[in-house]
Amino acid sequence: MTITVKITISLKDGMLDPEARAIQHALSDLGYTTASLSTARVFNVGIDTDSSEEAKRLAAEMCDRLLANPVIHSYEIEAVE
Amino acid sequence: MRFAVLQFGGSNCDQDAQHVIEDVCGVDCDLVWYKEGFNRSYDAIVIPGGFSYGDYLRAGAIATRTPVMQDVRRHAAAGGLVLGICNGAQIGAESGLIPGVFTINKYPKFICEWVHLKVENASSPFTSGYTEGDIIRIPIAHKEGRYVAGEGVPQRLLDEGRVAFRFCDAAGNCTPESNPNGSALNITGVLGEDQNVLLMMPHPERAAESVLGSEDGKKLFDSMIDYCEGR
Repeated sequence: MTITVKITISLKDGMLDPEARAIQHALSDLGYTTASLSTARVFNVGIDTDSSEEAKRLAAEMCDRLLANPVIHSYEIEAVE
Repeated sequence: MRFAVLQFGGSNCDQDAQHVIEDVCGVDCDLVWYKEGFNRSYDAIVIPGGFSYGDYLRAGAIATRTPVMQDVRRHAAAGGLVLGICNGAQIGAESGLIPGVFTINKYPKFICEWVHLKVENASSPFTSGYTEGDIIRIPIAHKEGRYVAGEGVPQRLLDEGRVAFRFCDAAGNCTPESNPNGSALNITGVLGEDQNVLLMMPHPERAAESVLGSEDGKKLFDSMIDYCEGR
């Protein structure tokens, strides 16, 4: 069976997010006042396994080895089946 | 003596680097396609600028995971010189050759302009042709060049003499105004622990001939050549 995991990669707290800042400015130009705005990147990865724990373990490994850079990123993983 | 310039799909400063090393500095230099790998030993490996893998995921992230980069890491661990320029610096940082990363500029757009750099360390294999405190002119061209490292790391690198270059103004002051991409402490050229690796965002190969407006970058290649001759 295939288990799909949703991996969300975000900038760590306190990291400058220039893209978010530019988007916030543009929203402000459209008349929206936003208290905060951050960007994140989502990967949906299908993994051939019967165990959602195993899928999440592999997803974390993928984050550590490629998808995230630990200097600036944190990540969250959830199994969505 | 022989240098190599490593080519990935999307490298676009590879031939410029080879031209400077071979035609301007007079040292043999091979272009090495990443899939073919290194078929002989080299005194120095240059990872050139460009947009390897279209900057997918993060600049340099995919190229870093190719098998040839294991050979680059082995070459560095054995004391060989590795120079990463622009995308090459991003690849080198992703590969763990220095602490920290080069990420999206403080103002998130592509910047292509001449900048002033202050030479902070003039005793490394890459900078021995300069004098400490020299102010040199070299262009930058990047969107992901802001140097970021863990808390306290930039200052430690500076204290340990591992910063080769910092952005500065024409008088040599490293100010926020002279920091085009928001790099930590204006740092834009970082040496590896043993000083045989230099990763830098500015393009010395674009400033190695007077006809291009500056010869300040040539000294960097000449320094590498002097070092290799003395090894």
